[in-house]
Amino acid sequence: MPSYVITEKCDGCKGQDKTACQYICPNDLMVLDKVKMKAYNQEPNYCWECYCCVKICPQQAMDVRGYADFMPLGAASTPLRGSEDIMWTITFRDGRIKRFKYPTRTTAEGSIKPLEGFSEAKVADLANQFLLGEPDIMGVKELPTKK
Amino acid sequence: MREFVTEVVETDVLILGGGMAGCGAAVEAAYWAKPLGLKVTLVDKAAIDRSGPVAMGLSAINTYMGMDGKVTSNPRMPERFVEYVTNDQCGLTRQDLVYDVARHVDSTVKHFDKWGLPLWKDDAGNYRKSGEWQVMISGESYKVVVAEAAKNAMATLGDKGQIIERVMITHLLKDDKEPDRVCGAIGFSVREEKIYVFKAKATIALMGGAVHVFRPRSQGEGFGRSWMPPFVSGSIYALVLQAGGELTQMDVTFVPPRFKDSYGPVGTFFLLFKTPATNGYGGAYVGGYPSELAKWAPYANAKPCPTALRNYEMILCAKEGKTPFMMHTNKVAERLKNEITDPKALKKALREYENEAWEDFLDMTISGATNWAAHNVDPLEKPMELQLSDTVFIGSHACSVGSWTCGAEDLMPKEYADAFPEQYNLMTTVKGLFTAGCGVGACAHKFSSGSHVQGRIAAKSALKYANDKKGYTPTLSDATIGKFKETILRPLALYEEKCAYTVSPDVNPDYISPHNFLFRLQKIMGEYVGGWETLYGTNDKLLEIALWKLGFCAEDIEKLAAKDLHELMRAWESVHRYYVGEACARTRLARKESRWPGYYYKFDYLKLDEAEKHFINVKYDIDKKEWSVLERPMIPII
Repeated sequence: MPSYVITEKCDGCKGQDKTACQYICPNDLMVLDKVKMKAYNQEPNYCWECYCCVKICPQQAMDVRGYADFMPLGAASTPLRGSEDIMWTITFRDGRIKRFKYPTRTTAEGSIKPLEGFSEAKVADLANQFLLGEPDIMGVKELPTKK
Repeated sequence: MREFVTEVVETDVLILGGGMAGCGAAVEAAYWAKPLGLKVTLVDKAAIDRSGPVAMGLSAINTYMGMDGKVTSNPRMPERFVEYVTNDQCGLTRQDLVYDVARHVDSTVKHFDKWGLPLWKDDAGNYRKSGEWQVMISGESYKVVVAEAAKNAMATLGDKGQIIERVMITHLLKDDKEPDRVCGAIGFSVREEKIYVFKAKATIALMGGAVHVFRPRSQGEGFGRSWMPPFVSGSIYALVLQAGGELTQMDVTFVPPRFKDSYGPVGTFFLLFKTPATNGYGGAYVGGYPSELAKWAPYANAKPCPTALRNYEMILCAKEGKTPFMMHTNKVAERLKNEITDPKALKKALREYENEAWEDFLDMTISGATNWAAHNVDPLEKPMELQLSDTVFIGSHACSVGSWTCGAEDLMPKEYADAFPEQYNLMTTVKGLFTAGCGVGACAHKFSSGSHVQGRIAAKSALKYANDKKGYTPTLSDATIGKFKETILRPLALYEEKCAYTVSPDVNPDYISPHNFLFRLQKIMGEYVGGWETLYGTNDKLLEIALWKLGFCAEDIEKLAAKDLHELMRAWESVHRYYVGEACARTRLARKESRWPGYYYKFDYLKLDEAEKHFINVKYDIDKKEWSVLERPMIPII
């Protein structure tokens, strides 16, 4: 499926201007039913099963049920995403469980300063082929060329 | 229909799309815009934290040279990459563009490392290469990290760095005074009733490739499991065509061989784990058809054999009735058990293999993991099926669709110069319009890192252009904007006008829904233009019928109806996909050979013909509604 929302757990992100799942879904699938104050997937057959909504939901109210076209029922891949790693619980149809943990980033969230540590751009350098940080960042002295 | 407000955004450099190329462009644009005092605006259809094909994550970076030698194996220089890509594309590629990506790509990966993307390294800090070009990563948050860098770089420009999300761009805008110049773009918010007009000195189109032009194999809920994500809708290709620009190689689509149905990745299984794959009877399909493949010499003889020819072996095998293809993940475990005698070391090796195998799926195709679990398949114990999947348009993978673009001044052969009214790196054949990533044709194997770095190259070039044109101000009359606004909103107006005629608005003789329009397009493409339905084969007669039927699709664009903003987005995605489909069919009709038979082949020209070794480009005249096809020569630089 497609992502689905568990009725009991969803709080509609407490009536903010948009829910977390609406904010993140790359395919604009999530909508908020403002009467029920619950979100839902309006177009399950356009869902990529990317789990962006599942990973971001503050209530852990979202999950994915494998595409009915080809997946037997009963299995789940359940993520728990922290600030530096992600833990996965894989539940097999026959009840077997596997757990995996993988790193997601080596720096603190929000800390990236992409332009710091490089000399400021000079207008004259627009004419050459060097991009930000080149060639030093590549560990080579010159940029290869054919002329 | 309620009145839509119109917001006009004036900027200097407009970046359309916030995927890998868009985020690369943002970082580079921010760097150069500062001393120039120029404004940069980035627009995305979604939220850039998780937009584009890397939204889910990736488990490898597929393009890395290691020019500094700090890799566990295979340090490479751009020449070898160009040689590899040229052969993989069966001899036809823009070597100048490929070389440019190769010489810069290491810098982008070094930035990723600094930003916090976990690259796999040995104890000495060397990147772990799994193949000639691939470095392994733990990439669940790849896009989040790259987007954060883009946002933080743009923030350094203050109010001259602007990111606008949830806006679908429908058309490029041409200058009223200079009709051959792109001066921005127009679109609408998918969340509020608002039209956005962007005026810019330079525009960079970076909205990615296209899926769902051909019919996906899964037709129910699995419609969305399209390998490349269902939200890439070919906007670049459609917009370049509508602006009068030239596209190249629109026939050279990609057909990824993947784990069946879930489309879990295979690269790591082949390259890192050396997993054996066979036909359903245990026989080899790779290398199983030497006399057939010999017809594609010299390309077939090179190592590695081109992707399209390896695919063709799968097609030949399928024609013999020897499917299913099996990926014997279990045999890797068996090999470890035979090779390692120490029980502790074996346990560790098996655990490592299991971890890495699952990570490969969980980092980028979670459905693949769930599919194992749903079938009670532990990959250490049982094999799973492979299959050739749905045809996709992706200029950054092992295929070539995209725009005909200008190359770097120190690389581009002079014979190409005439095609470009203004010569700036990665400018299309239209003044003021740049592209990168999936937007650049005949420049395969960029993947995520190459797309990011090409976005950076395009951004620097666009900033230079905007700076050179400092005195230029776009001219756009209210009448021009009003006309576009009416066109964009027509599906909503039509729905409102006609929907009450039938009891259920779903079926109405006066309009077609975006979804049904898409189904019609996909049926034509799949059955006539060489989709999986014909095992990727077509011929001139089938293509002629396809073009006849696509002509009705073109007319029915005016009959598209949308009940809300979300459907309006689907409507314009469907329109863009139509342009991609027609460009593909026309190019396939013009090509009188089967150079890439594993991507598509022609029953009436089922051979490689070196007399046909040239690029086939396609253009569209929006005023006359006329398509034209032209040839461009292949000029090597190495």
